[in-house]
Amino acid sequence: MAPHDIRRPFKRAAISDQQKRRELSLQRQAQNRTEAQLQARRLASSILSFPNQNSDPQPLESVDLIPEPIVEEPKTDAGDISEIDIRQAARLKGSEARRWFASQLMLPEWMIDVPDRLNEDWYVFARPSGKRCFVVSSNGTTVSRLRNGSLLHRFPSALPSGAKTRDSSRSAQSYCILDCIFHELDQTYYVIDMVCWAGISFYECTAEFRFFWMNSKLVESGACEAPSTYHRYRFSLIPVYSCDHEGLQTAYAGAVSYVKDGLLFYNKHAHYQTGNTPLVLVWKDETCSQYVIDTDNKGQFPNQQQVVLELQDNGQLVTSDDPPVVLGCLNAYFIQETGLHSGNLVRFAVNDGGLTFVDGKLEKADLHYIGKVHRARAFADSYSKIVFQYMVRHSPLRIEHLFASMGTLSEQESNEVEMVG
Amino acid sequence: MSWSILEKMAVEITEFLLSAQSADAKVRTEAEGRLRQFQEQNLPGFLLSLSLELSNDGKPMESRRLAGIVLKNSLDAKDSTTKDLLVQHWVSNDVSFRSQVKGLLLNTLGSSVSEAGHTAAQVIAKIASIEIPRKEWPELVGSLLGNMTQQDKPASLKQATLEALGYVCEEISHNDLVQDEVNSVLTAVVQGMNVTEQSSVRLAAATALYNALDFAQTNFENEMERNYIMKIVCETAMAKEADIRQAAFECLVSIASTYYDVLEPYMQTLFELTANAVKGDEEGVALQAIEFWSSICDEEIELQDFESGDSYPHSRFIEKALSLLVPMLLETLLKQDEDQDQEDGIWNLAMAGGTCLGLVAKTVGDAVVPLVMPFVQDNISKPDWRSREAATYAFGSILDGPSVEKLSPMVISALDFLLNAMRDQNSHVKDTTAWTLSRIFELLHSPATGFSVISPANLQRVMVVLLDSIKDSPHVAEKVCGAIYFLAQGYEGFEAGSSVLTPYLPDIITSLIATAERADASDTKLRSAAYETLNEVVRCSNLVESSQIIIQLLPVIMNKLGQTIELQILSSDDREKQGDLQALLCGVMQVIIQKLSSTDETKPFIFQVADQIMMLFLKVFACRSSTVHEEAMLAIGALAYATGPEFVKYMQEFYKYLEMGLQNFEEYQVCSISVGVVGDICRALDDKMLPFCDNIMSLLLKDLSSGDLHRSVKPPIFACFGDVALAIGEHFEKYVSYAMPMMQGAAEICAQIDSNDEEMVEYGNQLKRSIFEAYSGILQGFKSSKAEIMLPHAPHLLKFIEVVVKDDNKDESVARAAVAVLGDLADALGSHVKTLFKDMAFCSKFLGECLQSEDEQLKETATWTQGMIGRAFSVCG
Repeated sequence: MAPHDIRRPFKRAAISDQQKRRELSLQRQAQNRTEAQLQARRLASSILSFPNQNSDPQPLESVDLIPEPIVEEPKTDAGDISEIDIRQAARLKGSEARRWFASQLMLPEWMIDVPDRLNEDWYVFARPSGKRCFVVSSNGTTVSRLRNGSLLHRFPSALPSGAKTRDSSRSAQSYCILDCIFHELDQTYYVIDMVCWAGISFYECTAEFRFFWMNSKLVESGACEAPSTYHRYRFSLIPVYSCDHEGLQTAYAGAVSYVKDGLLFYNKHAHYQTGNTPLVLVWKDETCSQYVIDTDNKGQFPNQQQVVLELQDNGQLVTSDDPPVVLGCLNAYFIQETGLHSGNLVRFAVNDGGLTFVDGKLEKADLHYIGKVHRARAFADSYSKIVFQYMVRHSPLRIEHLFASMGTLSEQESNEVEMVG
Repeated sequence: MSWSILEKMAVEITEFLLSAQSADAKVRTEAEGRLRQFQEQNLPGFLLSLSLELSNDGKPMESRRLAGIVLKNSLDAKDSTTKDLLVQHWVSNDVSFRSQVKGLLLNTLGSSVSEAGHTAAQVIAKIASIEIPRKEWPELVGSLLGNMTQQDKPASLKQATLEALGYVCEEISHNDLVQDEVNSVLTAVVQGMNVTEQSSVRLAAATALYNALDFAQTNFENEMERNYIMKIVCETAMAKEADIRQAAFECLVSIASTYYDVLEPYMQTLFELTANAVKGDEEGVALQAIEFWSSICDEEIELQDFESGDSYPHSRFIEKALSLLVPMLLETLLKQDEDQDQEDGIWNLAMAGGTCLGLVAKTVGDAVVPLVMPFVQDNISKPDWRSREAATYAFGSILDGPSVEKLSPMVISALDFLLNAMRDQNSHVKDTTAWTLSRIFELLHSPATGFSVISPANLQRVMVVLLDSIKDSPHVAEKVCGAIYFLAQGYEGFEAGSSVLTPYLPDIITSLIATAERADASDTKLRSAAYETLNEVVRCSNLVESSQIIIQLLPVIMNKLGQTIELQILSSDDREKQGDLQALLCGVMQVIIQKLSSTDETKPFIFQVADQIMMLFLKVFACRSSTVHEEAMLAIGALAYATGPEFVKYMQEFYKYLEMGLQNFEEYQVCSISVGVVGDICRALDDKMLPFCDNIMSLLLKDLSSGDLHRSVKPPIFACFGDVALAIGEHFEKYVSYAMPMMQGAAEICAQIDSNDEEMVEYGNQLKRSIFEAYSGILQGFKSSKAEIMLPHAPHLLKFIEVVVKDDNKDESVARAAVAVLGDLADALGSHVKTLFKDMAFCSKFLGECLQSEDEQLKETATWTQGMIGRAFSVCG
């Protein structure tokens, strides 16, 4: 009922620290809550467990075969570190780190026939020639490890937690694991996949999602910039295309800043899966790779195709696949004669009889024994590799076949109409 | 009820009412008891007796006055629950009884004793506030207007009637009356202001108009009616009686803010009226005249802040009047009171004029500078202290508004002069100079963005002067604290820059503590200014360089806090002083704990003394029996964050205070902070929290269901559910059946919030955010083991998310929380969400929106959520 008070703050004591303290407390609490929830989100999706595969530890010296075979087989000596959290993995050191990372790469199969829906469900990109490796940044340093777990480089980088910079305020949770190829010529890490970024695990995410994230985050981090004190090697993204006519053509024939070594095909819906997977495929021909035909251990192209198989208890010769494919059998006398044991890797040449397929399945192989494999070699060939190498020598799967599998544009459309109808 | 009984009652009630005002406490208490007894036994009889008492001119004014007050208190109360009850009691009385009371009150308006009429007018307004919205007193306006139109009625009736009209207008909304009634009321009021009326009637009419202005919206839209109202108000502003002029100016102040957009044609007249008042009228009138211009500034500043095209016209009145307005205001600055700096509650022409000048500067910016600076230069060195103070005050007042480019050359060249003026002989001049320095540091010292009047060349001199002047009289010292506060604040969030303060830190801290300890600081605001400045200095310091200094400060403050516990407490006044001092010291503790625990290198220093710190806080708590100390609670939250799981060893002792805090409905800030501390402890203890959760959860649930608890505490409680769930994981299962209905209920409240009420919208945002946070915490907590528990609750959550995200005006922070909880749902429930999400087209639309957002955090969370949903759909099963 009285008129409003016209007294206004006069030379106001602008300080209301209590309110400020309340607000700062609230801010701190809100931030801590957000962090706690974020951490919980990361946790569950980053605990991985791998089947415990017991076998003897294999020697782990680094073998630099040139050219490096691009299809690697998983090592089987995961041992007691098979069930660890990625967050711990990032902090592993020495031999443990070697053993863990050796079992972690996702390994493509060779493309021996064209998958269905290539133009709808798949990405394609040109694989850079070089050393496949994991790059791990954590706790202020970055380490790259080759496919067998051995160390390639230790260096500072602009990846999250990748260098000890003054303003690095990232928490210990902030680490990255990238799937890369190190390209010697321009000393660049080409990132082909992202396993963890800033502590968030992407193992169980689709390739589509991983590539999206990779594209948006990598540039943002500054890792693609030229080398500097806190960033020794440049990282680079690879242009990834949807595998339609245009995408395939660009990946196959388009100019890139690196030497190509074949094409990689990723199924858009595939999660990052350790070991061999048919949802990532490699294909190559003379146009896009210098190394179509496999070399022997001296780096020479052998006259006959050679295969490496593992000898089983019962004398069977099998591939590295799970389940293994049986390509032949050695009799007990021969085994005794040559001093072979179960588990040995044995090299054979493929004779003129070649490989016999029935209904698209390998039925029989005409193999000629060469000898035991160098002990650095840890695994047999995969079925798809043997078949691809055989096809290269006899009736290669050509780029035209890949294009042809997509049909013409008009065919695609009419297909869709049919599906709707 | 027969008249004889009533008569007997009437005699008795007069006695009780008089005795209730007796100087003898015993007599008074007994009379109050009798009145209460009467009220409880027979409420209608009681109310009727009071009305009779008030209406009876034969009764003494003392008993009639109290009768009126008791009547008012029987119809209205501040507390809303009580008020509802009183209203219920009144409307449950039968109509004839109510008419009888109302008739008595209306008759009283005409009493020859004007105070009785005045009191009756207030009671009438209270009844009107209940009955008019219910359409139960349609004849009120008519009968009041009747009093005004009959020629032969005495002035006292008109006066009381006008008062009644004004109060009624203040109590009800204009929507409760039809436009004809509104028009008649306004006509009656405005006519009452006419020169031909007696001055008592004119004063009552002007006061009534002030209360009725909100009713006049339609009338102000009509040019003729508006012209008429304005003409009468302006005439009234020139009445020969000062109190009538003041009442008219009060109307003009209110019109300035309510009807700014139609004032243009009147501004010439209004300027002349106000200028004359400021120059020569009595202070009460002149102050209103200045306030008129301050209100115009408020309007124009708001228009500039929320510039929204041409929807609301900006008339630039200040800009147009500037060259006349500024000299008028500058003149007022020379009319200071001798003691204005020492006493609170003074409001004089100089203060009002300077404040208005500050608002003018904010409104027009650079244009004010050339009009003010000559005044500053002419007066700043004059021998008369008033001139020097006015010049300084003028300079300080225009620092907020004009551009940095315009101000900085002036301020840089004036800085040295001002520093010297801190040694002026006159303490008003020093006070205003220190205030001006604090304004300069507040507004023109922003090293983080590259501009500051402080340079390596002048910093030392600034510090020497400030640390010297802080020893001056308390009111000057308080302003000096403000200057140091803003000097430090300039480096907030810019620790690298704050290095320049590091060499001075030991002296600053020593001086501030010495200031807080001054004997003459205890009764003024100086002590709290000193400690709060200390807080800002610590907060903004460069931790790497100053960690040793802060580590050394810690035991000093702990020691002081320990001393407060030993203080001898003889009176409640002593208790209050002890509490105030503890509040300040706990505040400093909180700031130090937070600062030192912000890096891994300095955290151990808190760890080492955590036991002693906690012991001190527990002793502070023990100083009070029924309430907990808010500041100590805040500091404990910071300590829990610093110590992590180790905090568990304090829980046994601390728990009872936490419980007390959670039950403190009256001091809702304390309750709110206690809820926040529960969250801190959850994060610190993780599953070690489990033994305390049963009690804490039941207290939180109780808080939520209470109607007495301030609503602002409810969102933090929901967020706290999430904290508890995240800490104890699957063990939260037993609380789900209690928590979930609360969360669902609150979600439904969100949907009903009035989108036109800004304050409620903000509250709704907090509520939504915290409900989502609760779900996130619970889903994440259950994820690894018991996610299926949440399956039945998922549809309701999804529905709620849908409602929230479909709101086009949703807050970014709400969107972030919504998209996160969507991901949590997919993450926790995995392939189960497939069927739930099937028909949720809004999901992908919402995700799309978030992915397009400018807000990086939102985009990132949305990408994560997209991944989680994608994963859920690609998992078999």
